[in-house]
Amino acid sequence: MFSDSLRIVWVYPDLLSTYGDRGNALILASRAQRRGYPVEVLEVRSDQPLPATADIYLVGGGEDGPQALGAQRLIADGGLHRAAAQGAVVFGVCAGYQLLGSSFFAKGTEYAGLELLDLSSDRGPTRAIGELAGNIDPRLGLPPLSGFENHGGRTRLGPEVSPLAQVTAGIGNDTRTEGAWRGKLLGTYSHGPALARNPALADLLLRWAVGVNQLPPLDDTWSNRLRAERHAAVAAAARP
Amino acid sequence: MPLRAKVASSVSRTAAALSRAAGRGDGSVIGGWIGLKIDPELLAHLAAGRAIALVSGTNGKTTTTRLATAAVGVLGKVATNSFGANMPTGHTSALAKAGSTPYAVLEVDEHYLAQVLDATDAHVVALLNLSRDQLDRAREVAMMAQLWRAALIRHPELRVIANADDPMVVWAATPPANHDQRLTPPRVTWFSAGQRWHDDSWVCPECGSTIARQNNQWWCTGCPLRRPQPQWSVEDDGVIDPTGAWHKVQLQLPGTVNLGNAATALAVAAEFGVRPVDAVLKLGSVTSIAGRYAQVERDGRLIRLLLAKNPASWLEAFDMADEAPTLLSINARDPDGLDTSWLFDVDFSPLRGRQVLITGDRAFDLAVRLDVNGVPFQHVRTFTEAIQSVPPGRLEVIANYTAFQDIRAELDRVL
Repeated sequence: MFSDSLRIVWVYPDLLSTYGDRGNALILASRAQRRGYPVEVLEVRSDQPLPATADIYLVGGGEDGPQALGAQRLIADGGLHRAAAQGAVVFGVCAGYQLLGSSFFAKGTEYAGLELLDLSSDRGPTRAIGELAGNIDPRLGLPPLSGFENHGGRTRLGPEVSPLAQVTAGIGNDTRTEGAWRGKLLGTYSHGPALARNPALADLLLRWAVGVNQLPPLDDTWSNRLRAERHAAVAAAARP
Repeated sequence: MPLRAKVASSVSRTAAALSRAAGRGDGSVIGGWIGLKIDPELLAHLAAGRAIALVSGTNGKTTTTRLATAAVGVLGKVATNSFGANMPTGHTSALAKAGSTPYAVLEVDEHYLAQVLDATDAHVVALLNLSRDQLDRAREVAMMAQLWRAALIRHPELRVIANADDPMVVWAATPPANHDQRLTPPRVTWFSAGQRWHDDSWVCPECGSTIARQNNQWWCTGCPLRRPQPQWSVEDDGVIDPTGAWHKVQLQLPGTVNLGNAATALAVAAEFGVRPVDAVLKLGSVTSIAGRYAQVERDGRLIRLLLAKNPASWLEAFDMADEAPTLLSINARDPDGLDTSWLFDVDFSPLRGRQVLITGDRAFDLAVRLDVNGVPFQHVRTFTEAIQSVPPGRLEVIANYTAFQDIRAELDRVL
């Protein structure tokens, strides 16, 4: 499906962009361009139809009201369903992860999700705020996940999805697993610019979109230093 | 003042003085904290008999408070929390320390506005803006606007000075259509100071429709909420007052954002009867504010400190900074918020072409951001190393809250 240029859609930046979510679009674009792929980033607002023929869709975090509104508009629009059915890559973060499931809670009310991933979300006893780390599903072949989470939800995974990671620090879905994936759809509670700390995950999304098994390596000195520093901070916090 | 309040006030002043003497801070929080422990009504007692203006919002409140204090100063002595201690403990401490004054201008943390309005029965409140700031603990922007809205309607005598350019502020200052008709909503005077940051107000807080923008105007595409006609605005290097008269403003503070803050300060002072033509002369007396905008010379480098706490204030800082070597310092300690995600809400490209240095606890987060942004940079471990890395001349320093305080301490607490 990847033709002249790699098309990245940032879904509803007017609603789903609370925590630097723009970062994921910038990082994917930058990493693709540095490999010589021409990139087009489309910011599609919630009052516009969502194109169904792009390669990667980014669904970001948001406050409760915008999350509910975003889900309603995405269901009514149907573009993301068509894109997913055609094999597009979908990356959901935080509220954007929850709304890919079958249901979620916002402002105390249960809302229908997009049912793209077999999962449902509920309110947790506490708000999960802080560093999030975990060992990623070995089948994805990625180094450990590093992120920051800030959400009140707990997510129950159904049999059709696999956890993205086993939690080593933080809460994620339920203190045991974090995120979920199936095919080329992937979601995480590691919020905001999650790909800044996880360049290998960014490359996985790019490889899925481009249809290659490997991409030329990039100089990830600063990402790696950041990952090492955060890893050390999590380890230090865990020490008694 | 009741005896209990007198005792509380006196103890509060003593504690503040002790804290300063012990080198534990400027005493502006501890004094108020102890005073309020002895008499929970102390703030109300200290506020009684004063004409009070409150200044609140996400950005610009410390500077606007300083400017408004100078402007109201035309009339007489003004108490103020000039150290930026902007919660009730800080207000209590400031009023206790100032003794009896006819006026007070207080900076108020946006989360505490309702509480401080109730306690002080303020005459005027200036509402500057609402944008994302430390979301890992602060309330959501729309929720904050709702809290303001509910608080304002309880104070019919209040005069509100509000930013016409910020849809969230306009909505907060506009009474709900279904408000209790027995209550008279406070009168609002609108100012326009321009706004660079729009990303928190694309969705109408009233009806959820998209907010459209063109030139300086904005309007909701689904309900009547739209930009009101401002009575005060900025034009060129001056401020236009409600009569249409233009006043040249000569500030010692950089940036167009501070012209907007000056317009707000003049509007606040006007509510107390200060003519803009008199107030404007006072504004030039304000130089640095708790280290912000302060200039210090060190080893032939003329260092200027700019505080930038959140995406909106970074955009303003780039506008204020000269085309000169620039040090950026980022921490993520408790007062800063633990989350650095907001770095990706800031476009650092205005820094391209300048020598950029980075430091701070979270310099690596910034490094990744600048790398993606195509802004070359050099990482330095200390402030001294930063100074040695730039040629003699201007060095701009832009830092978030605790990073700013760290650098201020290195420069021996510049004022």
